[in-house]
Amino acid sequence: MNQIGLTHFLILSTSLFFIGVYGFLTRRNLIVMLMSVELLLNSVNINFLAFNKYLYPGKMDGIFFSIFIITIAAAEAAVAIAIIINLYRRHKSIDVEDAEALKD
Amino acid sequence: MNSTLLLLIPLLPLFSFLVLGMFGRKYIGSFSGIIGTLSLAVSAGISLLTAYNYFFGFGKSGDAYTTVIPFQISWLKLSETLSINMGILLDPISVMMIVVVTFVSLMVHIFSLGYMKGEERYATYYSFLSLFTFSMLGLVLATNIFQTYIFWELVGVSSFLLIGYYYNKPSAVAAAKKAFIVTRFADLGFLIGILVLSYYSQTLDFVTMIERLTVTTSPFAQSASTAGFLGISALTWGLTLVFIGGAGKSAMFPLHIWLPDAMEGPTPVSALIHAATMVVAGVYLVARLFPVFSISCPSALSIVAYTGALSSLFAALIACTQTDIKRVLAYSTMSQIGYMMFALGVSGYGGESGLGYTASMFHLFTHAMFKALLFLGAGTVIHYVHSNEMKDMGGLRSKLPVTHITFLVACLAIAGLPPFSGFFSKEEILLAAFHSNPLIYYVALVTAGITAFYMFRLYFSIFWNKTYDDHGHAHHGEGPASMLFPLSVLGVLALSAGWIPFGEYISSDGKALVSEMHPGFSVLPVSLSLAGIVLAFVFYKSVSNYPDRISSALGSVFRTIRSKFYIDEIYLFITKKIIFNLIGRPAAWFDRNIVDGLMNTFGAAAQVFSFSISGIQSGRVQNYAAYFLSGVIGLALLFIYIWIH
Repeated sequence: MNQIGLTHFLILSTSLFFIGVYGFLTRRNLIVMLMSVELLLNSVNINFLAFNKYLYPGKMDGIFFSIFIITIAAAEAAVAIAIIINLYRRHKSIDVEDAEALKD
Repeated sequence: MNSTLLLLIPLLPLFSFLVLGMFGRKYIGSFSGIIGTLSLAVSAGISLLTAYNYFFGFGKSGDAYTTVIPFQISWLKLSETLSINMGILLDPISVMMIVVVTFVSLMVHIFSLGYMKGEERYATYYSFLSLFTFSMLGLVLATNIFQTYIFWELVGVSSFLLIGYYYNKPSAVAAAKKAFIVTRFADLGFLIGILVLSYYSQTLDFVTMIERLTVTTSPFAQSASTAGFLGISALTWGLTLVFIGGAGKSAMFPLHIWLPDAMEGPTPVSALIHAATMVVAGVYLVARLFPVFSISCPSALSIVAYTGALSSLFAALIACTQTDIKRVLAYSTMSQIGYMMFALGVSGYGGESGLGYTASMFHLFTHAMFKALLFLGAGTVIHYVHSNEMKDMGGLRSKLPVTHITFLVACLAIAGLPPFSGFFSKEEILLAAFHSNPLIYYVALVTAGITAFYMFRLYFSIFWNKTYDDHGHAHHGEGPASMLFPLSVLGVLALSAGWIPFGEYISSDGKALVSEMHPGFSVLPVSLSLAGIVLAFVFYKSVSNYPDRISSALGSVFRTIRSKFYIDEIYLFITKKIIFNLIGRPAAWFDRNIVDGLMNTFGAAAQVFSFSISGIQSGRVQNYAAYFLSGVIGLALLFIYIWIH
């Protein structure tokens, strides 16, 4: 157990994932919530790359998926920030408690 | 015969209905009468051409007229062997009917140009007239009993629309509803009859159905006459039910109650629908299925005969007591249709015994002419006097000369005096009844006398009696040429239509039937009619107290007849007291409390439940994410559990 194996990566990605979930559920600040979402996505990326490297070393599928996810994460961040800016303009706050209009 | 040209006969009125119905009121306005009349004139021209070609050309093969189907499409295919077709069927009676329908309709269209002038819904009126003409033509040309049924209902709808034309008059609205409901109720019988007949003959097609049910050895006719319900064979049931539909449309006792009320419609409409065409649809239907009635099921035919005879006498008695001129004419229509019905009822199939069939169709033809004339004449009178009541009339002969002469011709025709048209057809009917059923013959004879009496009561009350008092205000003339022209044309026809040798063209089996006049036989009916006329002359030629003395001497008998034998009251009693109280109210209670109550309970429960869980919908993103996460974890645990076991 002196070499870094698949398990280490999985432990890392799982911790990252739950840190992300915890952050998303507890933080009020929309920017921090957005950052938590990024953590979730990146934990998945780590999973993809780790499985690709240890289970199918000759293939590229996992790498392609992570590249896709990075791209989508970038786009998502852009959209989310646009929404946050608009919310701020409206409510003069980026506290998620102030954005309750979803129930109507 | 070119089938495209034939298709134009019904389609032209349909076209003008659509055009006038959609654009009439807004864009065409007072020009719409001309459009309707012109399209119908073309249609009538083609009908006459068709009749000429049929009777003197392609219709005859050998010595008999045959059924020709120049156009047919399968409209709805129910199975390999059973389909509902739409088409055109030409045989002597349908050809005769298209001529009658288009011709009378044309006369009414022309008459309405003057009569309805200046009405607010002028275009609507003409579009309804066109709809009616289209439906009636579709009905008479039907190749298929279901096509007949479809157009039958369309005719009912257009009748409803036209009776209720003055829709801001409560009595007209009530009359329209009454007509629709009563005929609809009868049509239920018609529909069941169609189902019974088509179930046993395995077809809806007229020609095939008649062929299968008249050959008594065929398996279809065998099964229809052996299967039974309540001890009566299925065939009798089917035909009787079809006849009930026909009786509803033709205002036979006891389904006649809608016809007198239908006079609330504009008078030209009464002339077209409630005198000449629609009300004879029932007679036409029986004539259409006549071989089945006559060969396979004489018992159903005797129902037709007795219903017709009873109706004719019953209506003639009521007609003597009515004071509204249109109602007198309505009851006389009912009486004359009764004549046509029992003429069919006493007729046999083929040869000499088929005289009743020919006579019935003959009377249908002549009646259409003189009754349309009577109604249009009444229209002119009402147009002049602005009242339907006899007491407001009298002494109009110098004011309305054309109407006076033509009305007199029509009265002589309906009274059956030679050489007017009604004489010939009525004589044939009486002859047919004389040979087969003495009871019906004597009923018909008495009715003929009464008919002459009440028609001349009408005539003398309108045109003679007292001198006309126009209450000081100056009057317009008799009416425009568009009103007098149809009167004159119909007057000529009411005089001469009887000279057509009808038996040569229309008979039960298609072969020419040479009917001889028996001068000796005619003496009794004609002298009875003359007696009726003389009586009316004595009573009503000038103001006298004879009518009052007679009516008070008759006392309660007179009152019963004047109240139309209380048939309307009986209907009201049955519907309001019995049906509404015993069926309607419990059903309404059940609907309101049980059905609605159940639904309301469901609704309330759903509402309470949804209020209680609406708190979950907080609008906070993080709550939603938490639900989502717990859902995912729950599913994951479930799958792991399933995977382990």
